[in-house]
Amino acid sequence: MLWETVTLAFITIIRNKLRTFLTVLGVVIGVAAVIAMVTIGQGSSQQVNASVAALGTNVLTARPGTRGFGPPTAGAPAPRFTLKDAEALAVLPQVVYAAPVVSTTQNVVFGNANASTQVYGTSGAYQLVQNWPLSAGRSFDPSEESAGAAVCVLGQSVSTKLFGGSDPLGQSIRVKNVSCLVLGVLVARGAGSFGQDQDDVVLMPVKAVQRRMEGNTDVDSIAVALRKSVSAADGIKAVQQVLRERRRIGLTQSDNFSVSDMKELSNMLGGINAVLTGLLSSVAAVSLLVGGIGIMNIMLVSVTERTREIGIRLAVGASAGQVLLQFLVEAVVLSLLGGAIGIALGLAIAFGGSIFMAIPFAPSAAVVALAFGFSALVGVVFGYFPARRAARLDPIEALRHQ
Amino acid sequence: MAALIQFADVQRHYGKGEAEVRALDGVDLSIQAGEFVAIMGPSGSGKSTAMNIIGCLDRPSAGKYLFQGVEVQDLDQDRRALLRRHCLGFVFQGFNLLARQSALENVELPLIYKGMAKSDRVARAQAALEKVGLAGRAHHDPSQLSGGQQQRVAIARALASDAMVILADEPTGNLDSQRSHEIMQLLQALNRDGITIVMVTHEEDIAAYAQRLLVFTDGKLSHDQPTPPLTRQGA
Repeated sequence: MLWETVTLAFITIIRNKLRTFLTVLGVVIGVAAVIAMVTIGQGSSQQVNASVAALGTNVLTARPGTRGFGPPTAGAPAPRFTLKDAEALAVLPQVVYAAPVVSTTQNVVFGNANASTQVYGTSGAYQLVQNWPLSAGRSFDPSEESAGAAVCVLGQSVSTKLFGGSDPLGQSIRVKNVSCLVLGVLVARGAGSFGQDQDDVVLMPVKAVQRRMEGNTDVDSIAVALRKSVSAADGIKAVQQVLRERRRIGLTQSDNFSVSDMKELSNMLGGINAVLTGLLSSVAAVSLLVGGIGIMNIMLVSVTERTREIGIRLAVGASAGQVLLQFLVEAVVLSLLGGAIGIALGLAIAFGGSIFMAIPFAPSAAVVALAFGFSALVGVVFGYFPARRAARLDPIEALRHQ
Repeated sequence: MAALIQFADVQRHYGKGEAEVRALDGVDLSIQAGEFVAIMGPSGSGKSTAMNIIGCLDRPSAGKYLFQGVEVQDLDQDRRALLRRHCLGFVFQGFNLLARQSALENVELPLIYKGMAKSDRVARAQAALEKVGLAGRAHHDPSQLSGGQQQRVAIARALASDAMVILADEPTGNLDSQRSHEIMQLLQALNRDGITIVMVTHEEDIAAYAQRLLVFTDGKLSHDQPTPPLTRQGA
C-alpha cells in the first residue's frame, strides 16, 4: 500500500514537470543555501585550525600597541620594538627562538616580470619559529644577517610570478631599489587564516630592510617560539615582564604592547567564523520555510483540482487515512526531491567556493543527513494540512465536483 | 435467511427547523441477494439519497440499515470504507474513471486498497476487463474510449473487487440508446452470475431490465412490485 502510494506520488510529480520544478524550487534554494553556507563555514574553520597548527601551538607574537589585531588605537602611537628587544627575548630560558619582523609591501622585479609582494625583514630564526622549511637553496647566514646583505629567500608564489618554471637560485631580483641575490625558495604553505596567500612573501635580513628600504631601526613585531615544556600563559608572562622592563613601564602603568598566542588568534577567528556561518545559515533556513509554504500552496491547489479523483478513491473503498497518506507522501516526496537537488546544488556551490577561496572542501555527512531530514520534515509539516483537507472530503460531494 | 439489504424506517433529514428537508421519510425495504432492482422516482423523491445510504456513502438520520443482517447505520467513516471496499461496487452516470490512468489501472484501483500484490492485481483486472469485452483496450486511457467502453471499465472495476452488490446510479444516462441496451445486457448477465444489482434510472425501458421496481415519491417508497412481465427486457 505504501509502495503504491509512493509510486503514485512519483507518477503525479513526473506528470506535472514544470509545476513540480516551480514547487520544489523554494526548498531547493533553501537547502542549497544552508548546505553551501555550512560546508564553506566548516572548510574555513578547518583552514584556520590547519594554519594555526602549522604555526605551532607554542608561538607567541609581540606587537606594539595594546590591541592584538586590527588598526592601531587613537592617540600617540606606541613606541616600536628594536632588534635589542628581540635579542633580549631570545635569551629567556622559556624561549627557543625569537625573530624580529619588519614587514613592508614592495614591488619586486625580475626581467620583464614584476609583482607587488610582502617583504619580511627578519632573521634566520623566523623560519624556525614558523616551522617553515626551504624547498631549495639556503637561508641567509649570521654574517649576512649582521651585515644586512642584499640577499633574499622567496615564497613559492613570488618565485612562480617572477621566474615561472625556471630556477631562481643565484639570480638577482630588484626589491624596491635594491638588487638582491636569491639564496633559496620556501616550501608552499597555501592560504592563511584570513584567506591571504602566505606564499606571496620575500624574506630578507632585517637590517637590509631597515637600512635600505625603511630607513629606520624599528621592528614591527617579534615572533617567539616557546620551549615545548612551557605553557603559553607562562611564556606570555615572561615575555611581558622583559618587555615592560625594557620599555620602562611603571608598576601602575598598563602595557603599551600586546603578546598574543596562536590559541587566541584561533579562538577569535573560529568565533567570527561560527557567528558568520550561523547568521548566513539562519537566513538560508528562512528560505527553506518559504519553500515549505510553497509546497503547501501547491498541495492545496492539487487537492481542489483532484476532488473528483478523491471521491472516486473513497467510493471504491479508500479510507480517509489512505487518502491522507497519499497526499502526505506526495508532499514529502516533493520536498525530499527538492532537498536532494538542493544538497547536490549546495555541495557544488561549496566546492566551487572552496576552490575560489582556497580553503578545504569539507562536506559533512551529518549536515547532509540533517538537511535531508529537515526537508522531509518540511514536507510532513506543510503537507499535513492539505492532506487532511483531502481526507475529510465528503465522498458524495467530491463525486459531484466538476 | 436475512435480506442482503434491509431498511427499517430509514430517515434522512437535511438542515434544521423550518428549513428541514426530509429526503427520506421513513422507508422500509428489503432486497435479497441475487435480485436486480430498479429504483425510479421524480427528482427530489429521495432515490439518490437511498442509493447513497445503501452504498454507505451517507448515513441515515434515524432508522436502521442492515447489510447481511448486520446494523451498519452507525459505522464510522473508516468502517464504511471497508464495507465499500469489500462488498460494494459503484457504477455512475458520469463513469467516474481516473483520467490519465489506463483502463487496467482504473480497474486495479480498488484492489490497491485491498492490499493485493501487483501481479495478482493485474491478473484480476485483466480477467474483469475480459468479462466486459474490453480485453484489447486495457492500456487505453479513458479519453481514448467511447462512453459505452468507459462504462464497461467502470463495471469491470466493480467486478474486479468481487463486489456482491453493484450500485448503478443512472448507468445509461450519458449513453445513446444502443450503448444503453448493451450495458444493460451486460448488467443482466452479471446478475445471472449471482451479483445483486441496484440501479437508479428514470427511463422505463432501462428499468424494464430489472426484475423488481421500487418507486420513490416525496421521500417515501410508493410502489414496490415486480417489473411487468410484458415489458420485461431480455428475460
